[in-house]
Amino acid sequence: MKSKVDNSSPFVYFYEKIIGGRSGLVCLITLSLLLFIVLPLSLNTFRLNLTGKYLSYAFVAMGLVMCWGYGGVLSLGQGLFFGIGGYCMAMFLKLEASDPESTKIQTTPGIPDFMDWNQVTELPWFWYPFKSLPLTLILILCLPTIVAFCMSFFYFKGRVGPVVFAILTQSMVACVWYLIVGNQGYFGGINGMTDLKTLNGWDIRTESAQVILYFVCVALLFLCLFFCRYILASRYGRVLVAQRDREQRVQFSGYNISNFKIFIFCAAAFVSGIGGAMFTLQVGFMSPNLIGVVPSIDMVIFTAVGGRLSLYGAAYGALLISFAKTALSEANADLWIFFYGSLFIIIVMLLPKGLAGLYTDHIKPRFLAWYYAKKGKPASGKEEGSSMPIESSPKLEEAEK
Amino acid sequence: MGDYTYQEIFSVITMQSFAGVSLLCIYVLMGLGLYIVFGQMGVINMAHAEFLVMGSYTMCLVSRMVTDAVPGLLDFYFLLAIPLAFAIPFGVGYLVEMSLISRLYKRPLDTLLATWGLSLVLQQCFRTFIGAREMSATLPEWMMGSWSPADGIDIPLSGLILMVLTILLTAGLVIFQRKTSWGLKMRATTQNREMSGALGINTKMTDRLTFAIACGISGVAGAFFTTIASTSPTAGTNYIVDAFLVLVVGGLGSLFGLFISGGFLALLSSILEFFMTGSLAKVWLYLIIFAVLMKFTKGLFSEKIRT
Repeated sequence: MKSKVDNSSPFVYFYEKIIGGRSGLVCLITLSLLLFIVLPLSLNTFRLNLTGKYLSYAFVAMGLVMCWGYGGVLSLGQGLFFGIGGYCMAMFLKLEASDPESTKIQTTPGIPDFMDWNQVTELPWFWYPFKSLPLTLILILCLPTIVAFCMSFFYFKGRVGPVVFAILTQSMVACVWYLIVGNQGYFGGINGMTDLKTLNGWDIRTESAQVILYFVCVALLFLCLFFCRYILASRYGRVLVAQRDREQRVQFSGYNISNFKIFIFCAAAFVSGIGGAMFTLQVGFMSPNLIGVVPSIDMVIFTAVGGRLSLYGAAYGALLISFAKTALSEANADLWIFFYGSLFIIIVMLLPKGLAGLYTDHIKPRFLAWYYAKKGKPASGKEEGSSMPIESSPKLEEAEK
Repeated sequence: MGDYTYQEIFSVITMQSFAGVSLLCIYVLMGLGLYIVFGQMGVINMAHAEFLVMGSYTMCLVSRMVTDAVPGLLDFYFLLAIPLAFAIPFGVGYLVEMSLISRLYKRPLDTLLATWGLSLVLQQCFRTFIGAREMSATLPEWMMGSWSPADGIDIPLSGLILMVLTILLTAGLVIFQRKTSWGLKMRATTQNREMSGALGINTKMTDRLTFAIACGISGVAGAFFTTIASTSPTAGTNYIVDAFLVLVVGGLGSLFGLFISGGFLALLSSILEFFMTGSLAKVWLYLIIFAVLMKFTKGLFSEKIRT
């Protein structure tokens, strides 16, 4: 962003914009070293599987970085999109696990067991697409985006404020939670979809499968990272940040800001859906309690802790908090919630940019100053990365006009 | 309808509509504290429900203490419990505003997150210091009965008290806001903090007291919820989504809108629950709300004059 980019060369464009220059390259290499080499070598399969599960939250956190950190659209309902992706995958796996052979003790073989328990004798129509893998994959990618579009279109066109939108997304998650819980025959109810076994004949419960799935998850994470960086590096991303900081000024400059908001909300949903599908594959079940109001806010916490302006921070935040949660809540569940709540307050009050902000604003400048002082060179080159100001998110009154 | 006499139909309608009005009162009570904090001050208090629960717990604990110590006075423990249910959330709210909210007025989305952290901490406090089990208050004798003005009509007294309380609290709030100089300062500050400060109003103190009063009112509302439902540390999460929705549907900053949307939602949910199970009724209720909000993105009765 600091230098003029020669758009004629795709490589230079890729290096400068998508990777983010030298400092971005350092972040990228660090993260990929950690995820591709350090963690797989140091953890056993169980822990690696757990890491993969946490990484699927990183997708959601990344989506939130885009729509909350850069777009100023806080969504408390990312669990919904995570859930749509996850449920699409789960429905496919469930159908595969309940072939007529293995469900022959049921009154109507060939349908998932929870349907049988709830006197649903025929596969509901919306389950049919999930009989084929390609269609499922397409749905995993499209459905969250479509739902997000339908949800946001009217609200952003009607210029709903960011706060009200956050509350609306939260209610939507609550609504879907009630929908799933109320329809036990169609969605498995509160128990969710369990006993998922194979993906197109490939047993996902074996250790080798879990390792492979972990690497698939990491690879997808990097793909999504590039996708997000591409959006943010484009001209579109600049307008997005501009409308976050000075909504009215951008509007009066002739931009239709509602379209920008809708787009970024859909993009975030798209990324979150992929994360949900990876979650189901690695964990082997999906339940409404994984996507309800509280988990959705947890996902915002991952983002806030990692840094709402840093896509890498999102991954670190999801990993760190989830690991801390597992470790501490096993030791002392009460203490963990105290710690968690206070951590959240502290991050919001003192570190609005999260850990990434701690790094770029405090550690890195000091380290560079120390380094250059030692070498006898002047400290130069203000760093890019997450250095966009965020303290000026528009006031409620302003935003509501 | 041949089997029913008009008398019976009339009494069913009366009792059903009374149940609806009770629900309206609950919605309004849930929204009342939020109306000040969110609608007027623009602070999103996700810990709002915890202040409600705090009031409920005060009521339960006082009733338990009175039952243990002086059972003879059980009829009058309200006199102690209600002021306490106001004072404790008031105090906590005061501290919270001082330490947390006052630094975040310019960042509404961040107050949302910080208060969520606060609500987690408060919930855990309830769990650790009071206990994770559900609790309910022992009601005094005179609240248990019901009032039957005519044959076949039974109106529970606790419902009536809930109604009276809602009216009293709302009227008190309106009078406080419109008729006292303190209320004037409060309205001025919430509308334009800088300008009010320039005019010599101590905005810091006004904000602090406004927030604390809203918390206190929530506490009183919560205290009365113990007459209809038991309390548990996480009871607040059931309220919070609904409370915010009521307010958003009504339009922020409009007390009249709060009443109308409370009535609207109460009517809808009682009709829907007649036709289907509780959770599906909830789904339809939310869907209808979303549809309404698509048309009226600012709520039904948003205040037009805002700075």
